[in-house]
Amino acid sequence: MAERCAVIGVGQTHHKAKRDDVSIAGLVREAAKMALADADLTWSDIDAVVIGKAPDMFEGNMMPEIYLAPALGAVGKPMFRVHTAGSVGGSTALVAAHLVSSGIHKRVLTVAYEKQSDSDAMWALSVPQPFAAPLLAGAGGYFAPHIRAYMRRSGAPDYIGRMVAVKDRKNAMRNPYAHLHLADIDMKMVEDSMMLWDPLRYLEACPSSDGAAAMVLAAEDAVSGNYPPAWVHGMAMRSEPTMFAGRDQINPQAGRDCSADVYRQAGVTNPREQFDCAEVYVPFSWYEPMWLENLGFCDLGDGWKLTESGATAFDGDIPWNASGGVLSSNPIGASGMLRFLEVAMQVRGQAGEHQVDGAKLALGQAYGGGSQFFSMWVVGSAKP
Amino acid sequence: MADETTDQGPVTTLATPIRLDFDFTPGVAQSKFLRGLERGEFHGQRCSVCGKVYVPSRGSCPTDGVPTTEDVLLGNAGTVTTYCVVNVPFAGQSIEIPYICAQILLDGANLSFMGLLQEIPTDQIRMGMRVEAVWVDESDLTPSLASVRYFRPNGEPDADYDTYKEYL
Ligand SMILES: [Zn+2]
Repeated sequence: MAERCAVIGVGQTHHKAKRDDVSIAGLVREAAKMALADADLTWSDIDAVVIGKAPDMFEGNMMPEIYLAPALGAVGKPMFRVHTAGSVGGSTALVAAHLVSSGIHKRVLTVAYEKQSDSDAMWALSVPQPFAAPLLAGAGGYFAPHIRAYMRRSGAPDYIGRMVAVKDRKNAMRNPYAHLHLADIDMKMVEDSMMLWDPLRYLEACPSSDGAAAMVLAAEDAVSGNYPPAWVHGMAMRSEPTMFAGRDQINPQAGRDCSADVYRQAGVTNPREQFDCAEVYVPFSWYEPMWLENLGFCDLGDGWKLTESGATAFDGDIPWNASGGVLSSNPIGASGMLRFLEVAMQVRGQAGEHQVDGAKLALGQAYGGGSQFFSMWVVGSAKP
Repeated sequence: MADETTDQGPVTTLATPIRLDFDFTPGVAQSKFLRGLERGEFHGQRCSVCGKVYVPSRGSCPTDGVPTTEDVLLGNAGTVTTYCVVNVPFAGQSIEIPYICAQILLDGANLSFMGLLQEIPTDQIRMGMRVEAVWVDESDLTPSLASVRYFRPNGEPDADYDTYKEYL
């Protein structure tokens, strides 16, 4: 990286099933204003705005960045739109970070959102096409067979998914912005919830949320704000085709390549030991053990053992999704940025009740589409 | 005088159905696949570099970046590599729930595709199950996957895990 880049402000909405008190413009503005206040800046200090969301078909607003420019103070400034399906929040942050690290801009506002109550994601993800049977049943229908394949390949017992579902919802109780606050969550409650896409139950899937996330990224000589900056130590994106012979859908090559790149940049050779925590895109419970393996936190086939041992719990040696993660809040377009934002909060020491003690180096990961888009960054409290 | 419109508060949400009509141009490779379906056959293509057979073929091998030119006629039988049972209703759904959505690897193909599995209770489906395509009546065949009514067990013993584990 040519210039050092840091997160100097973060903001997020209270994620909810239905934010009918605001329009989409009001939603993104709410998160952006918080991020500016955290950075101790005003709209006029921002050089450019980078915005991302999941497919436009969801809310039916095509190219919404055009309509949102005034709400984000972007009139007369460069404004970029990013779109990489569910990983978009992460990719959006990376595009913004590149604008800083390349020396083009000093301060960039980056925002991501979804207003699921204005949309029908299940329908938008299940549009019939002439060369495919009309079988698609949302994201759950796509991922459930791959989860079954992971269970078969690894020999994981069936309760591992329920453990993740409980762990992340318990973490969410510490996060005031989380959508789900299920005080009574336990294994029995998950097991008793409706089977939606066998083997996936209702409480092993993410909710549908309205919400937005925003960050202000700055060059080293433009750092300001209420908390110490979170320095970007590495960033990478990778993608692969959704369908090719020999594709490993459980452990995608693009994810392995992306983490190898970001670890190399950040000097990470042992992720479990060197990271203090991680925020990883886990929209369905089983993606925790699957991504533990894909991200090299353990050997192949051992992801579920790490989950079972409690290592990824809030009091474990490598807490995953201390915020409650995607399983507790899923404003789709913002979900990836929330992973990136939450690890910045951790290394800045501003995560409140879900602060991981002494967090200095952390990994944020997002994935999207049919596990074909990956984006990751490593942030730290020390300068790279 | 009371104003009825203001008494009801602001409008917060307005449902406006949207639709998207589009022409789909399948191109040479997918046309072969779709024309095959019109005759009640599965047609794929083999990559000249890696030898893998794609069905449906998009006309090139994503791994090797070369056009796939050798046409391959596949049989009617295959193996369920993995599956899920869909039990969630949603707008526009055309199949009665619960239904089995299976990844089916046709014999001789190197890539599975999603297929509907019927004529078996949803709690009896297994990974490795051998299945066959059931086609619509000859007069109803069209260049579309709608020509395949569904897949059903063909009675053969389950395939060994080792024979399809590379396709998960
Ligand atoms: Zn090839």
